[in-house]
Amino acid sequence: MRMDTRLNSRAWRGAMVAAAIATGAALAVAGRAVAQQQNFDNVEIDTVKVRDNVYMLVGAGGNTTVMIGEEGILVVDTQFAPLSTKILAAIRALSQAPIRYVVNTHLHGDHIGGNEAIAKAGRTRAGGNVVGDLGAAATSQANVIAHENVLSRLSAPPAAGQQQVAFALWPTETFIGRKREFLFNNEAVQIIHQPKAHTDGDSVVFLRKSDVVATGDLFTTVMYPFIDVANGGSMTGEIDALNAILDITVPSNVNEGGTMVIPGHGRLSDEQDVIEYRDMATIVRDRIKEYVKRGMTLDQVKAKKPTLDFDPRYGTDTGFWTTSMFIETIYKEMVAMNPPAPAPASRGKKPNQTQKGSGE
Amino acid sequence: MDGTWQPRYHEDQPERIPGPELRDYLGLPINDAARQFADSWDPGRITLPEEQCRVHVSPYIYRGPTNLRIWEEKHPKTQDVQAIKHYHSTFEQTRTIYMDGRPHPGPNAAHTWMGFSTGRWDGDMLIIETTHLKQGWVRRNGLPMSDRAKMTEYWVRNGDLLTQIVFLFDPVYLTEPLVKSQEFVRSPRELPAQTWLWVCDPVVEIATREEGVVPAYLPGEHPFAEEFGRRWGIPEVAVRGGAETQYPEFQEVVKQAPKPAPLPPPSRGAARVTGPGQQQQQQGR
Repeated sequence: MRMDTRLNSRAWRGAMVAAAIATGAALAVAGRAVAQQQNFDNVEIDTVKVRDNVYMLVGAGGNTTVMIGEEGILVVDTQFAPLSTKILAAIRALSQAPIRYVVNTHLHGDHIGGNEAIAKAGRTRAGGNVVGDLGAAATSQANVIAHENVLSRLSAPPAAGQQQVAFALWPTETFIGRKREFLFNNEAVQIIHQPKAHTDGDSVVFLRKSDVVATGDLFTTVMYPFIDVANGGSMTGEIDALNAILDITVPSNVNEGGTMVIPGHGRLSDEQDVIEYRDMATIVRDRIKEYVKRGMTLDQVKAKKPTLDFDPRYGTDTGFWTTSMFIETIYKEMVAMNPPAPAPASRGKKPNQTQKGSGE
Repeated sequence: MDGTWQPRYHEDQPERIPGPELRDYLGLPINDAARQFADSWDPGRITLPEEQCRVHVSPYIYRGPTNLRIWEEKHPKTQDVQAIKHYHSTFEQTRTIYMDGRPHPGPNAAHTWMGFSTGRWDGDMLIIETTHLKQGWVRRNGLPMSDRAKMTEYWVRNGDLLTQIVFLFDPVYLTEPLVKSQEFVRSPRELPAQTWLWVCDPVVEIATREEGVVPAYLPGEHPFAEEFGRRWGIPEVAVRGGAETQYPEFQEVVKQAPKPAPLPPPSRGAARVTGPGQQQQQQGR
């Protein structure tokens, strides 16, 4: 671990994280040119030890997880392409073992940008007919695993004026359904899909023996949940995903430690940190849900300041994901889920509310 | 400072032993975000299994009932003090205060209930700096302390009396440093082993609660919002706290502010407070 004065500047780090996520989200639809506009020259990779064989690499994109063992290395998320040399150097400082797997938690460019370079630095274990049919191509790089929806969106024809995401960044192996799991380094690796949350292709990666969860952007310590509606995200799914993470985590010492959580952005965490974040997300969602039930307009909901208690911690008025946008996204979802019912139909029906208030 | 210490509660006793009343924010330099957090806080949250064993962070744990054991850890070859340890019986927390000059971890390290502490001596006074704290309480009636808070402590021993003075800095929920003090008396004998234990096994307490529910009140609609001020005849301007309520001159403001109507005496079988929200509250429970 390193003490870096520049990284200790909260404002600087906040700006970098916001820029990273914004660039990452844009890259998912606009190609790697967007990442090239950001200057990564001064970014240093902070290697944080999580377990004896698991590390969190913090740079300028989403956090990277590295799991090391006898069979090789598994990498979760690869940050931006221009950072690949530094990420690889950080990995090689930990181990010279071959990189066998890259897992992407979702499609944003700050998590997949380094797929090409990092996968090509590795090798896939393959033999028999596979090698016979494919030749060197069968083993020339690490597998890149993600949920099918990640590939579907990355490979979809781009919208007008936008670039196709480069083929080299696409996952090479996808899964459908609830999860993909395998044994690697004598460790059960579970890649568990969380539908319609941050996006519609999110996965959490659970390293069962090491007792570490990499959450992608389903959980961060730096901002309100970014609900990428354009890529299939929803606040309801986001909260479900946070609860699913809590179903995995088990604390060791009275709600501390135990299962360690590597967030999509921000510092190393554990179950309690996810609880605080889940509580915040649920409380804000429930407030807006109740206000929608009462027939309030978006402006009226904003005037109620439903995020006031969390704004100094997670909110911002600038950047790609403002507090106002967070509220508006939830509002639209709640309206869609709970369209105002005609008066006679709602008469006598007990409201299904989780937050208590004075009602009408 | 080695030995076993036990707190004295004469200072802020109502908060520290029976516990603070809901919406009692007196004398705390909180901001509007903290107020809304606490105004919305439902104690039912700590009935959730995952929150039942929630620990008080080091800036708050010394306020409560606890037995405190302090000892030094020394380097076996040099006998230099490498760390001072504090063990709290409540929550079974061991806190390490590094005395070997090491730096605090970087910004990406995990946060803990006790945080990361380093200490130094200034004469006979021990000064401790703490970072990397988890989110906790400024006051356990829902007033939050964020995980960005930092703490500076000053520990002084006078005979069998140990005094801790705490400066809490929280850029998220405080507008000024919160200054508190606690005192401890040296225990003349070792305590029975079981008095040092705190066992917490979370269970489902409310069988009918739907999954995913996080109990909370809507902002501004807490059914007991007026109870504290009305019970004690304290003006709303004081109840709501804020930096100005810490200072002696605020007494003049309190004297001139209108007092709330007193609570009606509770009648047999009646709710203590009637008003907006109460009916909804009873239906919801």
